[in-house]
Amino acid sequence: MSDPAISGLWVYLASAPLFWLTLTLIAYQALNRLFVRCGRMPLLNPVLWSIALLAGLLAATGTGYDSYFAGAQFIHFLLGPATVALAVPLYRQFAQVRRSLTALGLALPLGSIAAAAAAVWIAGLLGADLQTLVSLSPKSVTTPIAMGISEKLGGVPSLTAVFVILTGVIGAVAASTIFRILRITDQRAMGFALGLAAHGLGTARAFQFGETAGAFAGMAIGLNGLATAVLLPVLLPILLAPFV
Amino acid sequence: MLGAVTLLLSCQLAGEILVRLVDAPLPGPVLGMVFLFLILLARGHVAEPLDRVTGTLLDHLSLLFVPAGVGVIRYARQIEEQWLAISVSLIAGTVIAIAVTAWIAARLMPPEHEHEHGDAP
Repeated sequence: MSDPAISGLWVYLASAPLFWLTLTLIAYQALNRLFVRCGRMPLLNPVLWSIALLAGLLAATGTGYDSYFAGAQFIHFLLGPATVALAVPLYRQFAQVRRSLTALGLALPLGSIAAAAAAVWIAGLLGADLQTLVSLSPKSVTTPIAMGISEKLGGVPSLTAVFVILTGVIGAVAASTIFRILRITDQRAMGFALGLAAHGLGTARAFQFGETAGAFAGMAIGLNGLATAVLLPVLLPILLAPFV
Repeated sequence: MLGAVTLLLSCQLAGEILVRLVDAPLPGPVLGMVFLFLILLARGHVAEPLDRVTGTLLDHLSLLFVPAGVGVIRYARQIEEQWLAISVSLIAGTVIAIAVTAWIAARLMPPEHEHEHGDAP
């Protein structure tokens, strides 16, 4: 960028909230289109690749995260209202919950605890530090709620966001093998497990098993968000005890 | 539509206020979600404008994670130093969570009654 007009323009763009906001929207939509065109392969997850692309761009241009976030914060702000909006699908699936109350009443807290305990203990045994462990603990929960939980408990919401999305990708890829090994064929159980452990990405995978699996997965997202938000503050000190 | 947006933000605000008042470790928006759920239960239906606004938000939910996600560049070193622990935890932890939940749910689920309309069991 030797031309002074171009470098002057870049100085403006790099610090202009409008530029990073627009670029975030363009990057996400382009990658989302690619994802849809390739049959929604979990590995092509548009969030993951948007983050990689934008982070790479910031690093390559030496732009600080603060300049980026000055623009991107307008998108980020919508996470709060979107979390509240999750009440609508939860309400729609409420009839299903009542019908399978005993099964879900046990599978929900036990699954929720298993997800957090497995994540924290495995990483802890392999030497991850406390901040990483806390950021990993809500990784099965849907991203907006997980980020809120992570922040409340002393984790890093940015790390949690990436861990959550990777968890979703892994869950979607591994699901059918797990069900085959455990000989699970009940669509309701498959869907519930996928939504609980792998949130929205797991739910998308569950819909490929069938409508029932999809409905149970969608319900599990909201229920596990709630269960983890309530259980984890109590559970986390116990989970972390061997590593402090 | 403006009413629906106001309802969402009011629920969130009420959640944020209550969380601070009682010093709860819960995120404010999660409590806001509970409030909206209770309002819907009381009303017995989802009004069309609210359906439209929440539908728009949830259709583009994944976009909303990108700004915070880009923040990982600040933690590149932390990830680099602990990549093994993080990857094993993500992969094995997720498999365990799915297996445990599916196994319990499959054993306790009542028999399917696809063409029944009664409130059994």
